[in-house]
Amino acid sequence: MSKKGDTDLQILKKLFQKTTDSFSELENICSQVRRDIVRMVHGAQSGHPGGSLGCVEFFVALYFDILKHNPKNFQMDGTNEDLFFLSNGHISPVWYSTLARSGYFDVKELSTFRFLNTRLQGHPTTHEHLPGVRVASGSLGQGLSVAIGAALSKDLNDDNHIVYTLHGDGELQEGQIWEAAMFAAANKVNNLISTVDCNGQQIDGSTNEVLPLGDLRAKWESFGWMVFEMNGNNLEEVITTLKKSKQYTGKGKPIVILMKTEMGNGVDFMMHSHKWHGVAPNDEQLKKALEQLQETVGDY
Amino acid sequence: MTFTSTEKKDTRSGFGAGLLELGRANPNVVALCADLTGSLKMDAFQKEFPDRFFQTGIAEANMMGIAAGMTIGGKIPFTGTFANFSTGRVYDQIRQSIAYSNKNVKICASHAGLTLGEDGATHQILEDIGLMKMLPGMVVINPCDYNQTKAATIAIAKHIGPVYLRFGRPSWPIFTAPDQKFEIGKAVTFKEGNDVTIFATGHLVWKALKASEELEKAGIDAEVINIHTIKPLDVEGVLTSARKTGCVVTAEEHNRHGGLGESVASVLAQFHPTPLEMVAVNDTFGESGTPDQLLQKYGLDTPDIVAKVKTVLDRKVKHLV
Repeated sequence: MSKKGDTDLQILKKLFQKTTDSFSELENICSQVRRDIVRMVHGAQSGHPGGSLGCVEFFVALYFDILKHNPKNFQMDGTNEDLFFLSNGHISPVWYSTLARSGYFDVKELSTFRFLNTRLQGHPTTHEHLPGVRVASGSLGQGLSVAIGAALSKDLNDDNHIVYTLHGDGELQEGQIWEAAMFAAANKVNNLISTVDCNGQQIDGSTNEVLPLGDLRAKWESFGWMVFEMNGNNLEEVITTLKKSKQYTGKGKPIVILMKTEMGNGVDFMMHSHKWHGVAPNDEQLKKALEQLQETVGDY
Repeated sequence: MTFTSTEKKDTRSGFGAGLLELGRANPNVVALCADLTGSLKMDAFQKEFPDRFFQTGIAEANMMGIAAGMTIGGKIPFTGTFANFSTGRVYDQIRQSIAYSNKNVKICASHAGLTLGEDGATHQILEDIGLMKMLPGMVVINPCDYNQTKAATIAIAKHIGPVYLRFGRPSWPIFTAPDQKFEIGKAVTFKEGNDVTIFATGHLVWKALKASEELEKAGIDAEVINIHTIKPLDVEGVLTSARKTGCVVTAEEHNRHGGLGESVASVLAQFHPTPLEMVAVNDTFGESGTPDQLLQKYGLDTPDIVAKVKTVLDRKVKHLV
């Protein structure tokens, strides 16, 4: 976090009128979403718990505080609402849980994750018409381009809403990301806030072992983006940074937030390792995980 | 029956003209191009509708993704680049963000096939029809001349769902009507006949018509059918003609694997086994040369169609015996 960034953040923290009630409510939802994630992946005996757990605060902040959206009346076109695109589709458990918990569909459906005939496919898709999903993702590197297209569409329609995306840091190894980054800056796509989940892990090991990403801030800045940073596992910081970023939309530059997270956050034995990227807990591990995650608004 | 052409024009110009007309008629039509605006004849649209034209630079993957995203909000994006870069280069982007996501994107591809000419095999894609027709929900269209390409361009804007529109670079005879009605998935009979059916697509429709004139001189009455839509294939149209003539030749500027011939063969094998010969590139890459030289060398010219008709007629006789 840069010094200047810290100052901005401190100012915004003062501006952020956090009521203890609503904040603790969001914290409760985070805990419930984490329970959902481990239960879903356990139920399917497949899926990606690590990255999902690391991004819980981001999803809860986005869907319960930041987005202007219509969970009860999902429309593919998303006219006059904010849009979100998940580019690293493998962390579908955290998205599905958040979508259900924010009202897009019944939380009971979470129990069908990855089962035959489910709308909750292993990776998100529009194919089964799950409310909340506007494009398929899973094959990495494509979501930023799609989001740029949706942002351009909003511009043409004089629709003054924001398009959000989330990407994995490993995903930035895909070349299409940088094609899109170059295009967005050159075309002043300034109704776009992208976030990169910097957990430093990917399937084969740490990003440093697999293919070091280098100085991401310098990379994005040199591509012409405005860059913010935040601790993605600090709910208050996520909310304030997202709010601050929003204030910088409409100023001629696309925005990216480098979000530091801990893969597996909230479950001690899933943290500090890439090993829980795509592995399901067994019965005993599930029990151990749930002991650490309080049931708050009710299991599905 | 003699077929004449008053004028020659490239099919890509038919696309450019159609796109301009669409731009005027429908404010939701937008166009994207990856640094080939002149080659794709998209410059007129760009000039008249600068706010609805998006230059992506040499970044086709990004272009496909942006096009998919623009459909969210009701736009009808037309992407333009060479057929090679419209398909093989961006197959996964098309598969996930467009086809599987059922986005209303029109993938418009010029310089398809051998008739791209001198640039050689790196650019002469002969596999694109196969790649695109394997994607569930994808419509695949390969019109035969300037007028049909223009009509097809306008027609696909009305179809909701992804479309692959394939056309080419060379100046080519115009022989279809300027005011034709273009119906996706409907075969067009240019010449009725009783002895053999020639199903042709793209540039080779003209070659098939010329072949039918040669055959007529030899006393062979060929039916010539234009299959402009390879997917969905006009199954009834194919079967009706095959039942009548009893033997079939397919003609296309594509690899014999994955093209029109394979689609027709599949239908016939299932519903009405019929002797069939293919005029197509024989599972090889192309090379540099003029379009005429290449069509000759790779066996896609009028005499090749005539020869295949004679072969299939022999097989039909033996089949009947």
